[in-house]
Amino acid sequence: MTRLLLTGNAAAAWGARLAEVDYIPAFPITPQTEIIESLGEWIDHGEMAGRMVTLESEHSMITAAGAAAAAGVRVFSATSSQGLLYGMEMLYTVSGWRAPFVLTNVSRGLASPITLEPDHNDILAARDSGFLQIHCATCQEVLDSILLAYKLAEDPRVRLPVIVNLDGFYLSFTREPVTLPEQDKVREFLPPFDAENMMFRASAPESQAVAVLGGGPYSYFRYETHLAAQNALAVYDEIADEFSQLFGRHHGPLECYCCDEAEYLFVMMGSFATKAKEAVDRLRDAGWKIGLVRPRLLRPLPREALQNVLCGRRGVAVIDQNISMGMGGVLHSEVTSVLYGQPDAPLLASFIGGLGGRDIPAAEFFQIATVLREAAEQGSAPPPRLLYTENELREVRKLQAIASVEREVLGGQGDE
Amino acid sequence: MYRIRFHGRGGQGMKTASRILGSAFFLQGYEVQDAPRYGAERRGAPIFAFVRADKRPINERGIIDKPDLIIVADDTLVPVPAAGVLGGADAHTLLLINSHTDVSEWQQRLNYPGPVVVLPAPEEVVDRAEMPFIGALCAGAAAALTGVIERTSLQQAIAEELGHLGADIVEKNSQRALHAFDLMGRQQPRLMEGATADASAWNAPEWISLPFDEARTAAPVIHAADNTEALKTGSWRTMRPVIDYERCNKCWWVCSTFCPDGAIAVEEGTPVIDYDHCKGCLVCVAQCPPHAIEAIPEHNAGEITP
Repeated sequence: MTRLLLTGNAAAAWGARLAEVDYIPAFPITPQTEIIESLGEWIDHGEMAGRMVTLESEHSMITAAGAAAAAGVRVFSATSSQGLLYGMEMLYTVSGWRAPFVLTNVSRGLASPITLEPDHNDILAARDSGFLQIHCATCQEVLDSILLAYKLAEDPRVRLPVIVNLDGFYLSFTREPVTLPEQDKVREFLPPFDAENMMFRASAPESQAVAVLGGGPYSYFRYETHLAAQNALAVYDEIADEFSQLFGRHHGPLECYCCDEAEYLFVMMGSFATKAKEAVDRLRDAGWKIGLVRPRLLRPLPREALQNVLCGRRGVAVIDQNISMGMGGVLHSEVTSVLYGQPDAPLLASFIGGLGGRDIPAAEFFQIATVLREAAEQGSAPPPRLLYTENELREVRKLQAIASVEREVLGGQGDE
Repeated sequence: MYRIRFHGRGGQGMKTASRILGSAFFLQGYEVQDAPRYGAERRGAPIFAFVRADKRPINERGIIDKPDLIIVADDTLVPVPAAGVLGGADAHTLLLINSHTDVSEWQQRLNYPGPVVVLPAPEEVVDRAEMPFIGALCAGAAAALTGVIERTSLQQAIAEELGHLGADIVEKNSQRALHAFDLMGRQQPRLMEGATADASAWNAPEWISLPFDEARTAAPVIHAADNTEALKTGSWRTMRPVIDYERCNKCWWVCSTFCPDGAIAVEEGTPVIDYDHCKGCLVCVAQCPPHAIEAIPEHNAGEITP
């Protein structure tokens, strides 16, 4: 067991290496590229078995991944943002094949305008694709989650592909101490992929490209995928326990931090949740009864676990690092649906922050807690709030002034 | 917790410097987080990297807005607003500048609220984007200023971070870093760990509700390339092309045509370089048929009349 400094990207590559993957279809995109570069270097130097093939797009890459997984080999791939969206058609298709493999997504905000830093609209666009989703908050969790993800994906009760999500920059390029599990122990936890009835052999052709009409067969196949995803909840609990016994780190479907006897809770996903954790510590120092709930599994959504931990609190602030245009925070919607009709549901407040990697400083968490407490005391939820300051708008106005000058120069149609 | 920010230019090795310091802290038994901040990934452009180190697990993440130590590898960055070198500095923030200029001069120039330490810059180089070993020097100096990193940890950190480049590179960087470490070993004041945020007294963020703007304003549209004019990319330049008009044969087109940034205009048959926007790529120097364009170090540019 070695403890060393690794970036989130390096941790992801180590996860794939320790899982002893057979096949890696790849296509580069910032901020993910280091993952496939590391794997490529290891394969080149004979430090890792397996075959890497660079494809001409993410669409082909995910097709190749699904096809190889359907042939019974262990497959890893990685992408980000626009790349994930470019492959979106095939995400839905290969999950329908029930082809189990692991795809790492390094979250990055989506165009337009185009950006490099993270938020979760890319990964949430894949929410309904049939891929299960594990969201990571630390580099250690990235490595561990890839191992968990293979075991989950390949379980006969599930057999679905899994996306392991890590945030660009805040994890992808950030080094933290990571414990590398020993290969033997990983093998014990994750034996070679037993493809069972998945056959694709010479002279035994199969076709995945099945077309059905009439809705009846279609509904059957789609609902079976849903049932498999729901099964994944109980299976995940099992394997998280097994992982914890072997490696001493427990990654449950929800991380609940300082939740015992907490009156107020933050709910957040991803690496920014560690900032919320820091804020919880500071608020506790100042006498607050507050905690953090972080869903690691988004699909399947740990419904009951969320109900159990959220109900009975005075107030819950959901902080979404994403935005659904015309609705608001996606996680807020999910939590609302989970709490609907529960007798002791807490007051729920919605905050949106961290879009395109916009920082959320400690003072904003303190302010969120204060707004939440005031709302709970008054008994009515505050309007949804974008974390955005006067100064930020001032900076945007400066940029717009430049654009406006150009318009005047170019066509005499400048804004006042 | 120690919160440390490195400032330099693309090519000067700030990411490596932050990793050397991060590894040295880690070898010393600290929990560590280090990361570069990529922006314009280009030689000469301002970049920064940061290191957090603490005895407890680190939950903070991302940019460091209140640093305990600011390290400036290239003193020409100090006046560049885009570099944000002094951002968040207060009376406890130690400022370490690699410079030929002395402490009192910097204190006076910057009206800096905290302690300033100057790392006497090594021999000047022609192109500052290629300042050799500057990352190792800065990491060595910073390691000494912490007061908690041993010489051997610094040495081992360099071996770990640069080992893939070969023994010779490790040795050369090690020498420089240890030299800076020993030099700073006699320096006062020392780096002080910064406080954690206080949830009983804080400045409320000035949140606003965004107003609705019509798409004409609110769509992220740039109607022409003219916006580049507002961005003074000249600050990225480490080498400056200077035209010798005696030698220029007034061909009127070669340098201005090859300039990838359109920063050379021809006025009445004579080329004129726009130094607000010339990034110093020196394509013009290579292309000029009579070799009438010379490259001089930007940091000497004040000494000549272009």
